[in-house]
Amino acid sequence: MERRVFQRDGMTIVEKLLSWSSGAERARPGMIVESRLDLVLVNDVTGPLAIEQFRKIGVGRVFDPSRIALVMDHYAPNKDVQSAAQSKMLREFAREMGIKSFWEIGRCGIEHVLLPEEGLVKPGMIIVGADSHTCTYGALGAFATGIGSTEAAVAMATGKCWFRVPESQSYRIDGRLDRYVTSKDVILTIIGRIGVEGASYMSMEFSGSTVEAMSLDSRATMCNMAIEAGAKCGIVEPDEVTRRYVSERTADLIEVENLFSDEDCRYAATFEFAAGEIEPVVALPPLPSNCVPAAEASNVKVDQAFLGSCTNGKLEDLALAAEILKGETIHPNVRMIVIPATWRVYREAMEKGYLSIFLDAGACISCPTCGPCLGGHMGVLADGERCISSTNRNFVGRMGSPRSEVYLASPATVAASAITGHVTDPRTIR
Amino acid sequence: MIGRAHVFGDNVNTDVIIPAAYLNTYDPLILGRHAMEGIDPGFSSRVRKGDIIVAGANFGCGSSREHAAIAIKACGISAVVASSFARIFFRNSINIGLPALVAEEARSVREGDELEILLDDGLIRNLTKNEVYRFSPLPEFVIEILRDGGLLEHTRRRLGR
Repeated sequence: MERRVFQRDGMTIVEKLLSWSSGAERARPGMIVESRLDLVLVNDVTGPLAIEQFRKIGVGRVFDPSRIALVMDHYAPNKDVQSAAQSKMLREFAREMGIKSFWEIGRCGIEHVLLPEEGLVKPGMIIVGADSHTCTYGALGAFATGIGSTEAAVAMATGKCWFRVPESQSYRIDGRLDRYVTSKDVILTIIGRIGVEGASYMSMEFSGSTVEAMSLDSRATMCNMAIEAGAKCGIVEPDEVTRRYVSERTADLIEVENLFSDEDCRYAATFEFAAGEIEPVVALPPLPSNCVPAAEASNVKVDQAFLGSCTNGKLEDLALAAEILKGETIHPNVRMIVIPATWRVYREAMEKGYLSIFLDAGACISCPTCGPCLGGHMGVLADGERCISSTNRNFVGRMGSPRSEVYLASPATVAASAITGHVTDPRTIR
Repeated sequence: MIGRAHVFGDNVNTDVIIPAAYLNTYDPLILGRHAMEGIDPGFSSRVRKGDIIVAGANFGCGSSREHAAIAIKACGISAVVASSFARIFFRNSINIGLPALVAEEARSVREGDELEILLDDGLIRNLTKNEVYRFSPLPEFVIEILRDGGLLEHTRRRLGR
């Protein structure tokens, strides 16, 4: 088993990861380091350009075919001829380079749920992805951040990437969350407090008894949205929950030592939240930071309710929505779209009976894709329409027309609102 | 570098810079035609080659799509000046050879002002208003990437190809 021993020298987790991977004696915030990469990810939107740029570099081979992942998720299954051509490029590149981490439609899914599920993400890793939500993997104790296509091309060629060592912010959440209050409500509440630039270029480190009690899926939702506060990454100290999750999915483990923030490390800022005070919330358009209690937005009628995405399309998200929708009927003026994030989630949701609950309630179930989250396909909005959505961005035109609106919420709030036809605090339903 | 200013506010995100409907291509010509379409339809037809975008805080927040920086460059914009940038957009911009300059003082720039950017001096001159703004100096290796014309060319040079 590979073993990575990190130094103890008054450093945060991220400073340790960047020191170890770059060979720098002690990576201090502001320093520029060049790190060795454990995994480089591209998708069907960013990958084709990365592949074209890669060819221009002229190295012929990728640095290590076992450390590259190609995921077709944004426009897959393909919505038109052009997106089909983009997927085809990934398919051919995988074959040509001998890249095994490529999954055909039917065995694929949304990248940030798929890769941890496949056992490819482990504590102690350094990961870059040509997708902004690559920061999700911090939930497993990896340093993971988004880059663009050209940079991904260079990463595929050299296996290296430069980083400015970020300052770290500590977010400590303690106590028990109320029924139907989820990690999505926690992260939206945090972004509501600090703003969409509140963690710009920094690492958001999540800790406290609330986070320790969370499943890996719940932690992933929090790290996933670190980018919505401008952060370079989100991270949770790996613990027994992490170790169990990873060891259930791969035998190829990395043993890590001292992968935690030292007691004498330095934070740029420290925030504390009491879990008991966090309510089900929605982020009003057009920014994820426009956070208000769901109960205060109950005058907002919705046309569409969307449950899915890399943020909240996981099994526990579907389980929670199914609990609320069981025996209920979706409001006649609402269409609800459910997209399990991966085929594994799809199968388990089927076996556990969640899909039947959704169908009985009148929801539409699609195959795994990013789809409507980015206004791609499978649920794009018309002028004047409103969607309550378990996704991550509510920017102008994000899910379709520039004159449509997106309200971000947890799976529980999405399900409750689908029943009533307006933004609803799920605690008032059951 | 001399061009007219096109002024935008805070939090201009990548979804409005290049809406996702156009992410089924990475052709700069097509992307350039739709630059800023989500916030300012018709923008690309008003741009003259060399023009400069001046924006508020957190420019380019949101997705990692390099398509956003490509669209802006392809429609004829020569540089983006902002109070601050989202990090992935900043990297993408530099990597494709589009200068991204942080200058809080440039908030006084108005639509159509004529600007001159002196990259080596770290200065932006507003020729219309007769003002001078200082931009935050770029790290030496970033300047090197810009000088080489982008990350790709820079990497090829480093690898000796």
